[in-house]
Amino acid sequence: MTDIHEATDPTALPTAAGETDPTTASGGTAPMYTLTAVTKTYQQKKRTVTALAGVDLVIPAGQMVAIQGPTGGGKSTLLQMLGALDRPTSGTVRLGDSELSAAGDHALAAARARDIGFVFQGFNLIPTLTAAENVETAFADGSTPRAERREKARAALASVGLAERADHLPSELSGGQQQRVAIARALVKEPSVLLADEPTGSLDEATRDEIMDLLEGVWRDRGLTVVIVTHDSAVARRAQRRLRIAGGELTELGPAA
Amino acid sequence: MFLTYLLRELSNRRKQTVIIAAGMALAIALVMIVTGVAAGVKNAQSTVLESVYGVGTDVTITQAAEPGADGPGQQFAFGSGDGTTTDDGSTEVAQSTLSAARGTATFDSSALTTVEGVDGVSAATATLSLQASSFSGTVPDFSQGGAGGAGADGATGDGTDAGTQAAPPTGGADGAGGSAFDVDQFSVTGLDPATNAVGPLSSASLVDGRSFTAADAGTDVVVLDQTYATSADLAVGDTLAIGGTDFTVVGIVASTSSDAATSSDTYVPLDTAQALSGLTAQISDVYVTASSASGVDALKTDLQAALPDATVSTQSDLASSVSGSLSTASDLIGKLGTWLSVAVLAAAFLMAILFTVSGVSRRTREFGTLKAIGWSGSRITRQVAGESLVQGLLGGVVGVAVGLLGILVVNVVAPTLSAAATTQAAGPGAGGPGSAGGGGVGQQVAQATTDVALTVPVTASIVVLAVGLAVGGGLLAGAAGGWRASRLRPAEALRSVA
Repeated sequence: MTDIHEATDPTALPTAAGETDPTTASGGTAPMYTLTAVTKTYQQKKRTVTALAGVDLVIPAGQMVAIQGPTGGGKSTLLQMLGALDRPTSGTVRLGDSELSAAGDHALAAARARDIGFVFQGFNLIPTLTAAENVETAFADGSTPRAERREKARAALASVGLAERADHLPSELSGGQQQRVAIARALVKEPSVLLADEPTGSLDEATRDEIMDLLEGVWRDRGLTVVIVTHDSAVARRAQRRLRIAGGELTELGPAA
Repeated sequence: MFLTYLLRELSNRRKQTVIIAAGMALAIALVMIVTGVAAGVKNAQSTVLESVYGVGTDVTITQAAEPGADGPGQQFAFGSGDGTTTDDGSTEVAQSTLSAARGTATFDSSALTTVEGVDGVSAATATLSLQASSFSGTVPDFSQGGAGGAGADGATGDGTDAGTQAAPPTGGADGAGGSAFDVDQFSVTGLDPATNAVGPLSSASLVDGRSFTAADAGTDVVVLDQTYATSADLAVGDTLAIGGTDFTVVGIVASTSSDAATSSDTYVPLDTAQALSGLTAQISDVYVTASSASGVDALKTDLQAALPDATVSTQSDLASSVSGSLSTASDLIGKLGTWLSVAVLAAAFLMAILFTVSGVSRRTREFGTLKAIGWSGSRITRQVAGESLVQGLLGGVVGVAVGLLGILVVNVVAPTLSAAATTQAAGPGAGGPGSAGGGGVGQQVAQATTDVALTVPVTASIVVLAVGLAVGGGLLAGAAGGWRASRLRPAEALRSVA
């Protein structure tokens, strides 16, 4: 089992389990995430697959974290725990003061709608809706007035440089533009956390850098907590803190170079 | 957002939308046409029944004829002294009879009083169904010839006796020993002249002359059915011989339905009919109007208890007595049409459900993403159900249009259906030798045969039924698809498409 506490000092290395209380390891900054002994197992036919093996992790608010690791190592599963998309088999996941691991489906959906923005590798835009309408889908509870929804969606698109493309369908946009729309969708509801799963995995190098510039700018400007899962070391190096997960176990790689 | 998303999705999946809507439209149109034709057939049956039983009759009471009750049937017997001998030696004979219609059993008229004493009876009247038959003809002078019998053509004897061959008989209609006979039959209904509200004439309209009044009781006056009057070339003021008595024609009536004749050729006062036929204080039918339409079944039970030997029939019972192509159409609609509608409807619903569920499977990434960004399961269910509902409604609109077009075609073509309403089943062996038409086991007696043009009514209930089916089908498909979508776990959905 690996015990990873928040590294307030970018140079701090992982400590052994039990040496540091993960709830106080933020060094005074309130933790956004606190994961304690999180295990996730799946049944594949008659075989039990352990995706997360007792992960302890504290991520303070406002930190930009990159998680690397081999395919099947547990990156996406960890991101799903952080994103309230799934519950651990054992252990606890806290988002701020909320205990996600014990929450019901409605509470998890509400947490996702209120606090968490997602960016996916494949952009995951609704192909039949325009860029602005895709951004509007982020108002998940449907209670925001139409005019306000539209205004905020267009403002979000303008903030990612796509004001002129608001009425275009995803198929009329480039990959980079589609990912910008996805980022606008994630940000329009002003979440406290942005989770990105291989956000540049489908983009060329130049576009990758543009997207990373955008994410970094958002992180700095808004003080968001950003967690990026990536294979790309160039992307990981831009994070404030780097973690590696393999075989379900988490290790601290240290701060970005 | 809901409507925008819904319309974009349906527009994007145009082919699927068209297939689902077309399937629903076909099913709904078929249901509309079958339901409409069924209503048209029912109306036609009512028309036929009204022509027989009159308007407002809820229950009729008859009595089944005993097996062999008709005995030898209608017979004409002539003695040696009957007839008038003419100059050429032939004999002219004529005879009229008035007896209970074949297959009709008569019963004591006190049954009417019994019926009137039953709770739930608003009005009742009794009738006596009779058959008037007349025979007239000329018999040749057989005394001039051998003992051969008179053949049908009367030209020669059949030589069954070994008599001495002599000169052929003379006389007869053609003067060469032939014979000519006229047999005329028509139906006579005796009814209470003071009652028109219920009974066979309640559905008739007066064409000429007058209808019965209470003062006609015991008199020799007759009211004719228009069809019979035309065929017999009779008019108001003419005389008609019934059972050997001359009756004065005082009125001519016709069925209120242009498609049907009235139930009898002639109508006479009940007491006169009873006296002439020798059926004193006998009746054959009682027509009953119930106090309440909803109490007809209970009234039937009470009447059956009061008259255990009688056959008590409601209008719905009588509908089954309508035979002919109308009956065939009714059976066809009732069985094949209904099952075909159910099968097509089930196929359309199943197709809509399968397409919707398959569509949800194809949109796993989409719904997984929406769940990931916070959409609740119920919002996604509403979205899927909304799409299915609109597809169903599209099918409903097209289906109603096609259904109305189909009904219009049926009404323009207006296929003619023949119908015969029968009132009573004769028992085994009823109708003996010589009875008109012959007898047979379980044979029924036709009271009115008519052609009815089938018209299909378009009612609000048919349109409401169609729209209801469209909404129901859409909601069913939407519920299945929505259930499937709501069960998607966002993590699994995103993992499966990753």
